[in-house]
Amino acid sequence: MSSKRIRQWLTWSTITLVGAAAFGGIALNRGESVNAAWLVVAAACVYLLAYRFYSGWIAARVLSLDATRATPAESLENGRDFMPTHRWIVFGHHFAAIAGAGPLVGPTLAAQFGFLPGTLWLLVGAVLGGCVQDMLVMFCSVRRNGRGLGQMAHDELSAVGGTAALVATLTIMTILIAVLALVVVKAMAHSPWSTFTVFATIPIAILIGIYLRAIRPGRVLEATAIGVALLLLAVFAGGWVDANPSLHALFDLDARALAWFVMIYGFVAAVLPVWLLLAPRDYLSTFVKLGVVVLLALAVCVIAPEIKMPALTRFIDGTGPIFSGKLFPFLFITLACGAISGFHALVASGTTPKLLSRETDLRLVGYGSMALESSVGILALIAACVLDPGVYFAINVGGGVVGADPAAATATITSWGFPVTAEQMQNLAHSMGEQTLFGRTGGAPSLAVGMASIFGSAFGEHLLAMWYHFAIMFEAVFILTVLDAGTRVGRFIVQEAFGKVSPALGRTSWYPSVVLSSLVTVAGWGYFLYIGVIDPNGGINILWPLFGIANQLLAAIALAVVTAILVKSGRTRYAWVSGVPLAWLVTVTTTASLQKIFSADPKLGFFAAAHDLADKLAAGVLPAERAAVAPQLIFNQHLDGWLTAFFLALVWVVVIDMVRSCTLFLTGRGAAGCREAPYQRTQLA
Amino acid sequence: MNTAAASRWSRWWGALRTLSGDDRYERYVEHLRTHHPGTEPPSRSRFYASELERRWNRDGPTRCC
Repeated sequence: MSSKRIRQWLTWSTITLVGAAAFGGIALNRGESVNAAWLVVAAACVYLLAYRFYSGWIAARVLSLDATRATPAESLENGRDFMPTHRWIVFGHHFAAIAGAGPLVGPTLAAQFGFLPGTLWLLVGAVLGGCVQDMLVMFCSVRRNGRGLGQMAHDELSAVGGTAALVATLTIMTILIAVLALVVVKAMAHSPWSTFTVFATIPIAILIGIYLRAIRPGRVLEATAIGVALLLLAVFAGGWVDANPSLHALFDLDARALAWFVMIYGFVAAVLPVWLLLAPRDYLSTFVKLGVVVLLALAVCVIAPEIKMPALTRFIDGTGPIFSGKLFPFLFITLACGAISGFHALVASGTTPKLLSRETDLRLVGYGSMALESSVGILALIAACVLDPGVYFAINVGGGVVGADPAAATATITSWGFPVTAEQMQNLAHSMGEQTLFGRTGGAPSLAVGMASIFGSAFGEHLLAMWYHFAIMFEAVFILTVLDAGTRVGRFIVQEAFGKVSPALGRTSWYPSVVLSSLVTVAGWGYFLYIGVIDPNGGINILWPLFGIANQLLAAIALAVVTAILVKSGRTRYAWVSGVPLAWLVTVTTTASLQKIFSADPKLGFFAAAHDLADKLAAGVLPAERAAVAPQLIFNQHLDGWLTAFFLALVWVVVIDMVRSCTLFLTGRGAAGCREAPYQRTQLA
Repeated sequence: MNTAAASRWSRWWGALRTLSGDDRYERYVEHLRTHHPGTEPPSRSRFYASELERRWNRDGPTRCC
């Protein structure tokens, strides 16, 4: 062996040993509190080893990536979307595109099972599923001139598969926007400081938009620097608004009013030109997002907080108060994005492949950035688990479950074995600059409290309230970007569908069509948002599982397309690389959907919940304010039940289409091989 | 500042500009100059407007959950 090989061998052996020791530390520490450093070290070693060996093996053996082959960025270069770019720059672009609120909220909610299940699935799911999916989808798109997932499903499966992918995208977008909007609304409700800060991000974005368009066109860095400074000022000014009685009253809004505001905002943002609001806010949110991720990683490493959540809680039996259902399948549905995210397949096909200068770069960009995204999920999980479990549940469980007044809520949560007192919650709320932290469902407030306590111990305790509202602003600013961008994507899909009926309505630039299709899209997610807001149990307990199922469904579609391509390109003996995650996802989504549809437990089954509520309404045992919203909730539970059935049908349509297409190919009956663009030798140095 | 530090700094600065999209216009003009010599480049502000239009209205999802 050469000395270089010996050195490499030693490095990777050390990483393996350190990782194994960290897992050993976690395993042996059961029963007493574990330090977050163990989790961080164990996770880092898993990602490194998986990246080095598994992604290396996939790149070399399964895909036979060819550095001499010209990528679409080179062969179709136009100086705009097709542009050969350095791999670390593409990595940054791609990571910024896939990083979102999902891996922050999912792990926060999944912490109700304890810290261990979430950590393990974030690691295993990402390295064997999510990273593989992103890398393979990107590979397929690179070999097809940067085609999108829907088009590939159409070409490689059938028109049915293509339509299913499109319909799934639209439905997921709808649920996704609704659930994220709910997260923001819940964080702003009766919190003048948060509300002011989030509202202030809108004029700030517009100001930056005008600066970038009219004053200094395209000078993104300087505009972003100004914008970020203004955002920090808005967080600071929020404290001042909160302290001023008349302004306090002005921004003290309830969740319903805020839901209407978000809907109107979403509509206006979708019809305004992109340069005015969407693009500048996206620049700002990307910087804030990357900055906070780096800051959080640093803070966790510096202070190495103690994990206070037990490894496993009693709620793995399915009686969880934040969301119902057993560990299997609901852990996987809830974590969704941090481990495997179907949505990534849309970004990994389309935008990113047009920038890769060499095929071999897609290992770093595809596999690597998902591994990093999953580690953000680990950080969010740590932020939830450093809270006292009693505090964690008091923040995240809706008043409808534990009782609306502090005494009842703390008594119930303490009776679960997670002691918490009303006084403790009052002090915590006060130090965070909030009126109350009881029943602040949605994940954002508890994440913000966790982040504030981590940042507070690392960078100064007296700034807790500032850190809390900074964390809320950080989540809100990119959730609003997703809301706007998602409404726009939804609008184009709706316009395309309208175009099949009336050609005029299909013209994307015709103003009446823009208004109509934006209204339809906003009404779609606005409905789910509104129902989530009026739901006394917090709303998130219904919407998040629905979102998780939808997201995993899109992942299943992406993996089905990839598996078909592997088979049809003569890689059948490696088809398990995507086939195994696919089989797992189909099992998880099918089990979860069937339970949500058929379970007789009103906490779990949609139809059971509808019947239960209808019975209570008829018997007249509901309090007046609950009886008032009961008919809407009953209708919604029915709708959600049917929607879940629809998702389930979509998964199976695509899987059967994939099996059909592969069988036809393997038995030599019809079904053409896969449609790769022809080989061209690269001219790049 | 010595030359090594200066060149390292300019590399980082260049990477930051590319990452944020700050140098898109320069890169486009450079592309036109090498691949389509003789083509008149659009103005900075025209280019910025058409880039945003392409990125957000035609490219499909660019932001994730």
